[in-house]
Amino acid sequence: MTSDTPEKSLSLKQRFDRWMIKHGRVLVIGIPYVWLFLFFLVPFLIVLKISFAMAEYAQPPYSSLFDWIEEGVTVTLNFGNYLFLLSDNLYATAYLNSIRIAAISTVITLLIGYPMAYGIARARGSVRSILLMLVILPFWTSFLIRVYAWIGILDREGLINAFLLWTGIITEPLIMRQTEGAVFVGIVYTYLPFMILPLYSTLEKMDVSLIEAALDLGCKPWKAFLKVTLPLSMPGVLAGSLLVFIPSVGEFVIPELLGGPNTLMIGRTLWNEFFANRDWPIASAVAIAMLVFLVVPIMWFQHIQTKQEERQS
Amino acid sequence: MSGKRSTFLLSALVFGFAFLYVPILLVMIYSFNEGKLVTVWTGFSTKWYVSLFSNDGMIDAAWNSLRIGVMSATLALALGTPAGLVMSRFGRFKGRTLFSGMIAAPLVMPEVITGLSLLLLFVTLEQMVGWPAGRGISTITIAHTTFCAAYVAVVVQSRLSGMDTSVEEAAMDLGAKPAKIFFVITLPMILPALLAGWLLSFTLSLDDLVIASFVAGPGSTTLPMKVFSSVRLGVSPEINALATLIILAVSAMILISSLLILRSERNRSRASSTEEA
Repeated sequence: MTSDTPEKSLSLKQRFDRWMIKHGRVLVIGIPYVWLFLFFLVPFLIVLKISFAMAEYAQPPYSSLFDWIEEGVTVTLNFGNYLFLLSDNLYATAYLNSIRIAAISTVITLLIGYPMAYGIARARGSVRSILLMLVILPFWTSFLIRVYAWIGILDREGLINAFLLWTGIITEPLIMRQTEGAVFVGIVYTYLPFMILPLYSTLEKMDVSLIEAALDLGCKPWKAFLKVTLPLSMPGVLAGSLLVFIPSVGEFVIPELLGGPNTLMIGRTLWNEFFANRDWPIASAVAIAMLVFLVVPIMWFQHIQTKQEERQS
Repeated sequence: MSGKRSTFLLSALVFGFAFLYVPILLVMIYSFNEGKLVTVWTGFSTKWYVSLFSNDGMIDAAWNSLRIGVMSATLALALGTPAGLVMSRFGRFKGRTLFSGMIAAPLVMPEVITGLSLLLLFVTLEQMVGWPAGRGISTITIAHTTFCAAYVAVVVQSRLSGMDTSVEEAAMDLGAKPAKIFFVITLPMILPALLAGWLLSFTLSLDDLVIASFVAGPGSTTLPMKVFSSVRLGVSPEINALATLIILAVSAMILISSLLILRSERNRSRASSTEEA
């Protein structure tokens, strides 16, 4: 192959072009690949490693797994962190609690979001785009600020209590912040736009004549909804529910700011192990457990979903 | 249509939007309250805005956040665009499954896990190769770039897969080099998606508390970290003022961009209608 050996008569630019054609593809794949590999995949291997270490008063605060001695390397794996997660039912409780709170919040979000999405989809064109903009707007404003807004409302000295005391309905302030109910409010409030948008896009595409046909044939409106509209909007329901469930299950900020000390959620537990107890190995073990029991099932579910959609289309 | 149903939908919309907007509006109103207590209105005042702007810690944190946001959004664009291109145009290659997994996973990863894992990476790297020496703005930027790049990749990929490839194929048939095709044809066509990806990354970076808290070092407190530490103790009028400013800025941006989109759509439809005529 004579073309492979660059001739001296080629200019620098020509050589560069040849090199790019030969290696450009590798370069385009390689740069994001290497970055994600180094800063996304490798960190998990390190978390896995440290989850087998022991906490120590040192900098960094964990023991080394490898000891270099004369004969070679000895590896000390400490399964104690995982045994501890199993023995102390704080962790199992936090895990189940997260799933329960996220699931209930997702259902509430669906119940509020569905009629809103339906109403927007059936609104006139100009009104519709304004309403959609109003749904999207809170998403771009700070998440922390929106959670914060509820502190002022639900607090012991907050606006609801002040109002109710002023009207004389209650004489003692109600405890609303630092309860599980406040966490539901926070999650529903924060993730409502995520539910409305996918629901809207499926409802908007839906053929209205199908419902009209059902009504013409004597179907009652609520039955037409249950038999026609709801099944047809299932992809939107599923997409919206996942978009709400996934971020809320690992949520830290909302239970921390609105929940009470007893509102255990797994993300908050990990945070406290790391920041309050400074126990890096236990925090790592919690992270690995979350990965196995939370993230992997979710990704697997999504994978099956996309496969099914591909098959259908 | 039955009147009962439209009344139900209307009240659902009214209730829903009230739920979304009343809390924000209350924060904005009480930012002008003179007193320190949120519940008691004692008179109109802008003093909390003055005290916000004389709070050096807050200003420094805002400045840090803006710098990190611009840097990580730009880097995320530089990494996420080729990643999206690879996913939609490059077909099969060795390691594609891992690649698509590494793009999909950051989107579903709980923030606490991402934060912890990156911190442990930085600590390990520092022990082994001495870099990064300590943590700060640069480590937060790397962390934000990583998860924002995944978002950009998804945005770019979905734009590319919805796009007609015939122009690119024609250019290829006429002998244009792949790099030239990308910069002359593909890039201008996906420009709106790139802009959206950049803005999304910037917002995500500006908004992130959890990941930044893990990988931050002394002197690199970001605005969310600052807000979080003062909000933990309860309501503060300065935060109300800050919230009002953020909401107004975002609303102005959304309004301007949607007006621009509306105008370009109108121009396009006018152009197509004159073409048809």
